[in-house]
Amino acid sequence: MSACVTLDDLTLGYNSHPAVHHLNGAVAKGSLTAIVGANGSGKSTLMKGIVGVLKPMAGACKVASDVTLAYLPQQSELDRSFPARVVDLVSLGLWPRRGLLGRYRPEDREAVAKALSGVGLKGFENRPIDTLSGGQLQRALFARVLVQDADLILLDEPFNAIDARTVTDLIDLIKRWHDESRTIMVVVHDLDLVREHFPEALLLARRPVAWGDARKTLASENLLRARQFHEAWDENAPWCASDKGHNHVNPAHAHSDDVHSHDDLDHANRRGAA
Amino acid sequence: MLGFHDYVIAPFVEFAFMQRALAGALMLSLSACPVGVFLMLRRMSLTGDAMAHAILPGAAAGFLLYGLQIVPMTIGGLIAGIVVALGAGAVARLTIQKEDASMAAFYLISLSLGVLMVSLRGSSVDLMHVLFGTVLALNNDALMLIGLVAALTLGTFGIFWRALVAECLDPLFLRSVSRLGSPVHFIFLGLVVINLVAGFQALGTLLSVGLMILPAAAARFWTQRIEVMSLLAIAIGLLSSVSGLLLSYHASLPSGPAIILSAGVAYFASVIGSPRGVLLTRRRRIAHRTA
Repeated sequence: MSACVTLDDLTLGYNSHPAVHHLNGAVAKGSLTAIVGANGSGKSTLMKGIVGVLKPMAGACKVASDVTLAYLPQQSELDRSFPARVVDLVSLGLWPRRGLLGRYRPEDREAVAKALSGVGLKGFENRPIDTLSGGQLQRALFARVLVQDADLILLDEPFNAIDARTVTDLIDLIKRWHDESRTIMVVVHDLDLVREHFPEALLLARRPVAWGDARKTLASENLLRARQFHEAWDENAPWCASDKGHNHVNPAHAHSDDVHSHDDLDHANRRGAA
Repeated sequence: MLGFHDYVIAPFVEFAFMQRALAGALMLSLSACPVGVFLMLRRMSLTGDAMAHAILPGAAAGFLLYGLQIVPMTIGGLIAGIVVALGAGAVARLTIQKEDASMAAFYLISLSLGVLMVSLRGSSVDLMHVLFGTVLALNNDALMLIGLVAALTLGTFGIFWRALVAECLDPLFLRSVSRLGSPVHFIFLGLVVINLVAGFQALGTLLSVGLMILPAAAARFWTQRIEVMSLLAIAIGLLSSVSGLLLSYHASLPSGPAIILSAGVAYFASVIGSPRGVLLTRRRRIAHRTA
């Protein structure tokens, strides 16, 4: 399996505080990965890093060159009072295909109609978006992802405030994408959902706690370790010394359930300083 | 229909200054009204107002150096507007301060500079001219400028329409699929500035924003489609221009305020009588459907 996303000693964060700390690994093409972790553990930050709206503080995050990407953010900046219909919102997904000036063709309108019926919003085409409920809007955004027809799909907490039936529908959709060998990463909080439906999982606590087979990743000792991370920033935390080069001494970074020792050490230092 | 002809057609047929005023106001409506729709939908209506004040020192500098000449005043206004728009935008993007606060700071500094410069030389009549414009005294240069701005604006809309809509509707999405996210915001601010500069010849720096915002605000009540809203705003702008000029002609009123007040009438009519206005949304609450 070739890599769709390669994370090379990736550190992402805000104001020199890391939110994702020295993450190494690769997301294989065609894989379906759940990203799990407590609040503030860096899940959304990692997604922003992969999309490219957040630049790395250190290291690199590479998306394979021929890969198109669709991103459903957790906190959408969507303006719901904007005078647009559901079909206008979903048609935004045509941007990668038609860009700024390309005319929408009949097959584009067909793709939009198919996406809408795919998420159970048939008949909602001409509804103004400010009349949709939260769950209906989320389904419309899924339809937009469908229209984007991307190879790599990033969904950030797509099941928040969604009723059980809709979650089932959306999971089915994700599985269909998986069958079409698209690469999918989903931030999820419901661990049972992950165990049941996701082959792989990445457990984050700012640093990676475990990454691999979903059931093994979510084993209780890993969950316990993930819970022990210090959520708040420490203004007096020592500067991370990883750039000085002992990082490459440890060969077993990627995809390993083993936490690399440097991070543990750094973590311990920080707690000591706090 | 003799009365109609006398009151509505004749003034424009008989007087060249009325024809020029009409041409100027119509071209302004064509370009400024859709800009106003986007300003309103981005909750930047008051930003338009701030920008209108911000162009004053540039216009005043042109006026100080060259007197009442359209080209220097326009270029000065453009420079001041762009400096304020870019400066406020840059502060908002580079610091924690939001754009409303930085825009307010920049325009207040700019406005006080402008008033200072006008008072250095001119009489209060000059200040009145810069502040309130003279649509009835548009010369060829001014008309040419307004035409140029209208063409540029409509052309820009033609090219960037989809990006402008996407940037308003879901900016984060646009940034995830395209690099146009940030540039299109500044392109739009540029449109606001050139339309205000075009407008202040006719309506003055204070009122030029009126032809932008009022028709757009009125059109918001009638439709849920941005394309329709823009066309409706243009229509309201055109009608307000005609009725304002006629009002000004027959009642000997200043033309700028007459045009903007006509748009104000359209706004209040929309607030009250439109499908999404006060009256009908109240009435609907009494009865409801089963699904």
